[in-house]
Amino acid sequence: MRNRRIDITESSRPVLARHAKLRFDETRQRWVILVPERVLAPDDVAVEILQLCDGVRSVDVIIDTLAEKYVADRELIASDVIAMLKDLADKGFLAEAQDTTS
Amino acid sequence: MSPTLTDASPVHADPADGLAILETRKSQAETFGIPLAVLAEITHRCPLQCPYCSNPVELERNAGELSTDEWKKVLSELAQIGVLQIHFSGGEPTARKDLVELVQHASDVGLYSNLITSAVLLTKDKLAALADAGLSHVQISFQGSEHVVADRVAGLKNAHAKKIEAAGWARQLGLPLTVNAVMHRQNLFQLPEIIQMAVDLDADRLEVANVQYYGWALKNRAALMPTMEQIEETTRIVEDAQERLKGILAIDYVVPDYYALRPKKCMGGWGRQFFNISPSGKVLPCHAAETITGLHFESVRDHSVAWIWQNSDAFNRYRGTGWMPEPCQSCAFKEIDYGGCRCQAFALTGDAGNTDPACALSPVHEEIFKTALTESTDDKRRFIYRNFSGGTLETEDLHGG
Repeated sequence: MRNRRIDITESSRPVLARHAKLRFDETRQRWVILVPERVLAPDDVAVEILQLCDGVRSVDVIIDTLAEKYVADRELIASDVIAMLKDLADKGFLAEAQDTTS
Repeated sequence: MSPTLTDASPVHADPADGLAILETRKSQAETFGIPLAVLAEITHRCPLQCPYCSNPVELERNAGELSTDEWKKVLSELAQIGVLQIHFSGGEPTARKDLVELVQHASDVGLYSNLITSAVLLTKDKLAALADAGLSHVQISFQGSEHVVADRVAGLKNAHAKKIEAAGWARQLGLPLTVNAVMHRQNLFQLPEIIQMAVDLDADRLEVANVQYYGWALKNRAALMPTMEQIEETTRIVEDAQERLKGILAIDYVVPDYYALRPKKCMGGWGRQFFNISPSGKVLPCHAAETITGLHFESVRDHSVAWIWQNSDAFNRYRGTGWMPEPCQSCAFKEIDYGGCRCQAFALTGDAGNTDPACALSPVHEEIFKTALTESTDDKRRFIYRNFSGGTLETEDLHGG
């Protein structure tokens, strides 16, 4: 069996897969994620997290950044960030930086 | 903070979902927000002859097809009015020599492109060129789990082997893969093997789609209609596999609506969130809409897509709920299913404005359901194959594969 769906830990450096595109939809004036035959509507926080997922920053750096910006409890931020990224990873929409083909 | 990702896809999601979020902002088509995704049936030519083809029985010949430049102009307009995804389909879309150029143009104008293909005309180089042009996803149709049944249904020798090979290329190129399996009485017994095949092919998603009976499939209903026992077994197999393959293979399941009590929310409601464009440029509320005689469909050769979406009589005729007769008009479900399927209402009652007979409240539901049930147990097996000459009956020696 393959292991295409990456695991998300604080040391992962996730990036959106080639076939998952985060775009600003000018017509509807909001961010969307385009994936095979589907359109996802991320909220503002999800967009902010995904914009930090550049394949260079690790998840713990992303959590630190957000915890500092929102002056929020790091553990709470961590569980939210990891839950959202796991959700995307389980659907095959995230890759580790070195895995991307684009 | 709790970030959320709402699925806004019209076909797969409920009405109280992300689509509603996206529709709250005004787009150019104000009353009915412009669809998120459009199906481009760029040709009706196809080397396969599947007896349930969703193309109209009157196929459009290639002389009438939109030119490369005409398609490019359409793709540009779609992106400009707010369409986000394009599905290149057919017929067999790879039968058009300009497909790579069209995919590249879709990428250039910012459209996310999906290819819906039989895969039998693909080569590895061709698929690589499509990926380089920005293709993001491939959906390949399968007619069975092995070549005897699959090649017979497709009406093409070696089709199954070519599909398996092409699916492998898609994964080697890193393209996400959907396996589309159209199911009916003569291949439902292979469903467990088809599910395993999708896993072995490293597919992301499997669509188990029971045949919908209009056009070619209605001609072949007696040969295709599943038995009640098969449907019960299918539901059990799909539900079990969905649970067992969580995180490995997503499975979408389309039930045959003849055996449902409530009609399907066809196309998410007529003219509400979907349109497709035919090979000659006609803008249609559904890929089967041309089966309804008496409706006039406008072409991109004469009007802009946005104008057609808003003003076409064919779109406005069955939009919303105002057109509905009883028992739909006073029905509590009228904004849930929008009266079901217009093409099916036309095919089975002769009037597209009637209640979809798939609904248990339709006065002809009982009669049609019984006919279908009888057909399913009579077990007539010969197909009428889809072609440009109105169909060809399967020869006796092929019968039963």
